[in-house]
Amino acid sequence: MSAATTSPAATPAAAKTGDPVLEIKNLSVDYGFDDNPTHVLRQASLTLNRGEVLGLAGESGCGKSTLAYGATRLLPPPGLITGGEVIYHDRDGSSTDILKLNDAELRASRWRDMSIVFQGAMNSLNPVYRIGKQISDGILAHSPGMSKAQAMERSAEMLEMVGISADRLRSYPHQLSGGMRQRVMIAMALSLDPQVLIMDEPTTALDVVMQRQIIEQIADLRERLGFSVIFITHDVSLLIEIADRIAIMYAGEIVEKASSQDMYRRPRHPYTDALLHSFPPLRGPRRELGGIPGSPPDLSNLPSGCPFRDRCAFAFDACSSITPELIHPGVGGDAPTRQVACLRHDTKAVVDAGFEPQPLPEQLVLR
Amino acid sequence: MKFFARRIAFYALTAWAAVTINFLIPRMMPGDPVIALIGRMQGRIDSNAANSIRILFGLDKDMNIWQQYVEYWKLLFQGDLGLSFTFFPTPVIDIVRQTLPWTIGLVGVSTIIAFTIGTLLGMGIGWRRGTWADGLLPVTTFFSAVPYFWLGLIAIAVFAVWLGWFPSSGSYDRGLVPEFSWEFIRSVIYYGTLPALTVILSSIAGWILGMRNMMVTVSSEDYVTVAQAKGLKERTVVFGYAARNAILPQVSSFALSLGFIVGGTLIMEMVFSYQGIGFTLFQAVSSQDYPLMQGCFLVITLSVLGANIIADFVYAALDPRTRQEG
Amino acid sequence: MATDTTLETPAAEVVSSTAPKKKNKPQKFLFLRNSKAMTGLGILAFFAILAIIGPWIAPYGAGDVSKDLLQAPSSTHWFGTDHLGRDILSQIIVGTRGVMVVGFIAGIGATIVGVVVGVTAGFIGGIGDETLSALSNVFLVIPQLPLIIIIAGQLPTAGGVTVALVIAATGWAWGARVLRAQTLSLRRRDFVEAARANGERSWRLILVEVLPNLTAIIAAGFVGTVTFAVLSQVTLSFIGITPVSDWNWGTILFWAQNNLALQRGAWWWFVPAGLCIALLGMALTLINFGIDEFVNPRLRSTGLHARSLRRRGIRPRIGFTPVVYEAKEDRT
Repeated sequence: MSAATTSPAATPAAAKTGDPVLEIKNLSVDYGFDDNPTHVLRQASLTLNRGEVLGLAGESGCGKSTLAYGATRLLPPPGLITGGEVIYHDRDGSSTDILKLNDAELRASRWRDMSIVFQGAMNSLNPVYRIGKQISDGILAHSPGMSKAQAMERSAEMLEMVGISADRLRSYPHQLSGGMRQRVMIAMALSLDPQVLIMDEPTTALDVVMQRQIIEQIADLRERLGFSVIFITHDVSLLIEIADRIAIMYAGEIVEKASSQDMYRRPRHPYTDALLHSFPPLRGPRRELGGIPGSPPDLSNLPSGCPFRDRCAFAFDACSSITPELIHPGVGGDAPTRQVACLRHDTKAVVDAGFEPQPLPEQLVLR
Repeated sequence: MKFFARRIAFYALTAWAAVTINFLIPRMMPGDPVIALIGRMQGRIDSNAANSIRILFGLDKDMNIWQQYVEYWKLLFQGDLGLSFTFFPTPVIDIVRQTLPWTIGLVGVSTIIAFTIGTLLGMGIGWRRGTWADGLLPVTTFFSAVPYFWLGLIAIAVFAVWLGWFPSSGSYDRGLVPEFSWEFIRSVIYYGTLPALTVILSSIAGWILGMRNMMVTVSSEDYVTVAQAKGLKERTVVFGYAARNAILPQVSSFALSLGFIVGGTLIMEMVFSYQGIGFTLFQAVSSQDYPLMQGCFLVITLSVLGANIIADFVYAALDPRTRQEG
Repeated sequence: MATDTTLETPAAEVVSSTAPKKKNKPQKFLFLRNSKAMTGLGILAFFAILAIIGPWIAPYGAGDVSKDLLQAPSSTHWFGTDHLGRDILSQIIVGTRGVMVVGFIAGIGATIVGVVVGVTAGFIGGIGDETLSALSNVFLVIPQLPLIIIIAGQLPTAGGVTVALVIAATGWAWGARVLRAQTLSLRRRDFVEAARANGERSWRLILVEVLPNLTAIIAAGFVGTVTFAVLSQVTLSFIGITPVSDWNWGTILFWAQNNLALQRGAWWWFVPAGLCIALLGMALTLINFGIDEFVNPRLRSTGLHARSLRRRGIRPRIGFTPVVYEAKEDRT
């Protein structure tokens, strides 16, 4: 695998909007180096297209952050990637498997190709360095020949871009409010004009007003700079508003992928349906709210079959012996890219295993 | 500046407490041995000196405790800590003045070396968990449990008696005149090497373990992951992000454990008969020289306080959060 | 205080791992499964038994002189003899009791003072807290060993129990400091607030809601103080402050040092006693490691066995997740 990385000044003609920029294929992650590790991510596949916002949703502990950190190889020990590919397509059309890069290549690729905004704005900034130093050291690490003054100038530009005055460069993180810190993180993440920005619950720790401002700012910046976003949150209604496509995760697997409008109006997986009913929608018609009974399964002791079956209103006998795979939903007229992992849709697998297939309930065939 | 105001108030309080403890201890003890000693010294001791000893040890029954306390402070401000019985009639303050530099030289230098090397090793072990470096931990644990003075005994037995590489006691060649010459300095270094190495070996374990644990804790902070996500050089991530934050508690525990370490290293002076303040304290204890004992304790405590203040300044220089409130 | 950062980090972890009461049982087993803690407890139990039965199993009386002067280890004297022909093994066995008794009396005393001062300071807050924390910080900064030396040196008799009490009186500050920080963070937790809102009395709040959640820290403080007390007492005996007829390991070293055991090459005189101290100290340190790992899960190193990791080609590192291709066949 060639690890060649190309200069950002490549011809934009080679990369078109809608082409994949990041393809995660069959990514598996274990937690624990001992003989009995927990399989926290099992064969997850995901494609991020150029210029789109891809939402990743699910309850806490379902593996959405693991997917993001696994794809960037930032999982701390005892995290272990046990298989799969993460293909990054650069602007000039060359592609790289992140998992096969050596340390130096990975270091060079980081922040310039893909950058991350972390969950806790509080802890993402080094408390003993000034903001300016923290933004510029990332720039300097990837721009040989650039002077410190130039890097500082670029840092000031970035701060202004997220609406913070440049004299804050000399502030320490503890002198900033939570919202400002998160903006600083965004400025930092965009400072090298990356292709992919991963945002891991970037607004969870903030109040609602600040949350809104930051979301709008990201949308605005994306329009101007044209990067692609993987947006991770447990807040499905927020995702539906900002994401182009959404993937729903449950117990370390992706259970449904669809465009956000399809996901919202026509959920195909019982878990998606339940998730949608546990959040009030931000806009549109009111829905009846209801929680999801039970709690996610213990990943270290996962039963066979569908991991959601104990909490599922539509579970039937086959669900305890067959593990559902992602397939095109069994509803006529759905977009060809839609996928869902539910045995109600997978009549073939049910019949092959010798069970009686069950019809789809009316909630899951909405048109 | 609130930080400094609080710290200064605290140090003033501690200094006051140390002096007061020093004032109270002999008064709570049966004073007979001191009276007996003064009796023995009768005629050889001038009335002025006898008076200050009475004040220092609370033998003046005419004064109430408060008057005694005031008199005591007056003596301290004049630098009068009484006369030593062992080195009669040398004033305690003179003995302390002679011995303290040796202690600061030996204990100070070796503690700083131990802290530096231990912190660096701990940093490496904490950062590279799950490698061969973990094998150093059991060894470290053993050395952290060994009493300082016993390690000194072993060092003497092996390197001084058996191998004959280093002298077993003393601080410089007695044939030399203390002066600022190359020969004398070389002799001091030669005599000081074994005690210093022993102090380093026995105290380094604590720094390694402390830094290792802090490094492990700090390594899982988000800002370290962010630093890696930025693709910074490994060296920058380790030193600038992980160790730079892990060292903060290490410095403050340096300040707090100084008292403990100094206590242990003073015993080392006794083992090596090194002419520092610890050895003097040992001599004072074994010959029941109470004024010297008290004087040594006071000076040791005030020196530790001084070192604490320096450690505080270092901490404030390292952590911006203490410098700027809000 | 500048050091507050040290205590905050583990503090949060402590409560999260000890607060849910229903999980208590498996967690106790977790502590006992820790091999470090078990090794430490094993060694400690060995010395404890020796302390109890020592005088009966010692082959000779500790002070019995004989004609075998300064003999190297032999079948009659396993650890050799000293300059008066006394059996060193017997001195060590008999001396175990002195060490253990002082260690535990001092440990218990200092822990009680530490708990009272620390928990009270953390719980009452305000000016009382300020006063008590200033007091414990003063005791932390004053070098303890010289203080113990001058107090013990001026006492007419410095026997075992006296020394233990002096050590307890000067050595409580560290425990108090850690406990105060922890109590402060506990006091603001929901379950304590809820009990307070229910109108529980303060002493009941402390006994029922706060203290049980401090068990691990109190235990760690206790073990730490015992370690310190053992080392202090041995040191005091070594420099000759305690009566030489009170046998403990430090007394043996005192005799050895004063009779030029080093210069005479009588290694059996000072090596075994020192090793015993080191062994006991290590046992106590190991127990504390066990408690630390139990309290702060980040320090646990489950499955981090260097050799097996190397075989699989894994280098556990922050920021560079290792990749091994071990997963089942890829999905199509």
